[in-house]
Amino acid sequence: MKRIIRTIGALALGAVVLAAPSMSASAMERSYTYNYDYWGDVQDSPDFYTVTKVYTAPDFGLDLNFSSPEGMFIRDNMIYICDTGNNRIVQIERTGTEQFEVVRIFDTMQGNTDVKNISGPTDIYVSEEGDIYICDKGNARIVKMDSNLNYILQFDLPVDSTVSAESTFQPSKLVVDTAGRVYCIATSINQGLCKYESDGTFSGFVGATPVTYDWMDYIWKKFATQEQRQRMVSFVPTAYDNIYMDQEGFIYACAGGQDEADLDSGAADAVRKLNLMGSDILVQNGEYPVYGDLYWGEGGGYEGPSYFTDVTVLDNDIYICLDKNRGRCFGYDDQGKTVFCFGGNGNMDGYFRRPTAIDHMGHDLMVLDSLDCSITLFTPTEFGELVYQAIEQFDAGDYNASGDSWRDVMELDGNYDLAYIGIGRSLLRQEEYHEAMDYFELKYDDENYSKAYKQYRKEWVEDHIVVIVIVILVLFLVPLSIGRIKRIRHEIDIADIFRV
Amino acid sequence: MIAALKKKETFQKYLKSLRFALYCTTHPLDGFWDLTHEKRGTYAAANTILILTLLIRVMKLRYTSFIFMTVYWEDINIFLYIASIAFPLAMFVVGNWGLTTLFDGKGRLGQVYMASCYALTPYPLMQFPLMIFSNFVTVDEAEFYSALSAISLVWAALLFVAAMGQIHEFNMGKNILFIFASLFAMLVIVFILLLFFSMISQGIAYFISLAKEIMFRL
Repeated sequence: MKRIIRTIGALALGAVVLAAPSMSASAMERSYTYNYDYWGDVQDSPDFYTVTKVYTAPDFGLDLNFSSPEGMFIRDNMIYICDTGNNRIVQIERTGTEQFEVVRIFDTMQGNTDVKNISGPTDIYVSEEGDIYICDKGNARIVKMDSNLNYILQFDLPVDSTVSAESTFQPSKLVVDTAGRVYCIATSINQGLCKYESDGTFSGFVGATPVTYDWMDYIWKKFATQEQRQRMVSFVPTAYDNIYMDQEGFIYACAGGQDEADLDSGAADAVRKLNLMGSDILVQNGEYPVYGDLYWGEGGGYEGPSYFTDVTVLDNDIYICLDKNRGRCFGYDDQGKTVFCFGGNGNMDGYFRRPTAIDHMGHDLMVLDSLDCSITLFTPTEFGELVYQAIEQFDAGDYNASGDSWRDVMELDGNYDLAYIGIGRSLLRQEEYHEAMDYFELKYDDENYSKAYKQYRKEWVEDHIVVIVIVILVLFLVPLSIGRIKRIRHEIDIADIFRV
Repeated sequence: MIAALKKKETFQKYLKSLRFALYCTTHPLDGFWDLTHEKRGTYAAANTILILTLLIRVMKLRYTSFIFMTVYWEDINIFLYIASIAFPLAMFVVGNWGLTTLFDGKGRLGQVYMASCYALTPYPLMQFPLMIFSNFVTVDEAEFYSALSAISLVWAALLFVAAMGQIHEFNMGKNILFIFASLFAMLVIVFILLLFFSMISQGIAYFISLAKEIMFRL
């Protein structure tokens, strides 16, 4: 009987053990803005940006509506929109918080060129001197003109052994550095960015993405016949989708449409920061790689990883990537940690249908939607401004103020990991090591924790050096002296002179 | 039973057998031979070592520095966590015994269990000080912890191999072969357990549906 009860007990315990992990959390309504914590859990967050207004062409006072606009560029207060479907460029000035004035609309240029019209412009860049560079895709060229729309020169198909001379040049995105060198992305060219000197000569490709392949595919390919090989996917670098040049002259390039496995294994990067040599120097110290959403399951008709279609870099080195797949914006700081995620697909304000371009004006964001033919203007909320303020104060070396700002951020959002680490870092600079350790430990920041702990340990040892020395001495001397006393006693006991 | 507990010799024997675990860690071949053949080990000591191992494994969750171990508490099931050591150990003991009795193994089920538990000694012995030590290091010094932690596991594994060989009086080749065979036996046990549980649940479901049907008809 006893044995039967024991058996049943064991089986019941086994059943409990096996059934336990099947408990699941129920789905919840999520907030508009969210964040990923250390564990990769989605944490609801107060709004970082709010929609000020969604502008369509009539809101700017234009008669003709935008037609699938693809490019947008902002310099100071000027917004340049490539109205691709209408073959024109619209230049708008922001005169107030919500006031915009159309400065000019142009579709032709004057000067020494046969083709004076712009056809299907996909991107525009305006240098600080006012020179305008346009990806004139329909005319297979990049055209450079001065601020009065006089033609200066054009950039044609790269002259290179890897590029067929018969192919059509289809430049889609471009940036220009301070020396007037042009970097462009062209459709069907995947060797990297085409780099042109300021005089229009092609000088090479830079920053090609590393080729990624599966070793299984590689072995298959070894055994495949010529015909089979041709049908297989070839191992070519992924072409970039968009580029942005930050104020220091580094090019941020994003490449959407990456293979899921490559993104997961770190073989492919969704965003790269290219230096002059064309190598990737993006810092990825976050818990998760910079690739937008962490969960790619099917939901609401969308699946797969985030598809970064544009990137913009604020003056405080926070860069914001625009995800075409789920219509979201992802902000990352200079360490590659998530600052905010917001957005979605839909028709409401703050949601997108086919976002194509993002740019910033100060802290404000503008997102161009090519299907909706609209521009959404986002301004930071109090929460967003506080985060930016805290980051900027820290960068400026104002650690006390930064710590206070981060504390205000924490008041607004207790689930914001960056706030804890920010407070910790400011305490670390103020040499409040023990307190800093607590903050780092709360958010599992082992690198910073170790920095603080090292200093704390050093201080502790310096403060308690006397005690430590005494303890060590006692530990060594007491057994030693006890042994000695015992030996002396023993010698006395056996000594002849004390014998009676 | 209770009368035996009151005797002083019982405790002395227990403590002596527990101290013998330390001898086994440094003299595995000699130690594990004496463990059963000279009856120097006791079940009480074996249970103590097993419980200490499980206890320290659970304590590590909470008291190891987060530099080495970050715990997602929402997903921790303490029983499952304990079972993750105890269950494979039980399966190994049963599987090993089942196989070795068929092939001239001299060890009995209880002896296999006792030797397995004694072989676990380095784990509590090293992991407990390491757990405390982990709170006094930075990431730069993390290597020390990882190396020592790995040593404790390798040490336990070596003791395990030595213990099995001495209990069953196998030579080295046969011993290794039967340890791998025992791992395979564990898989078979898991398979049969799964089969058993699914059969039972099917059977219960059948009677439940039968009862429901009858109640519906009445």
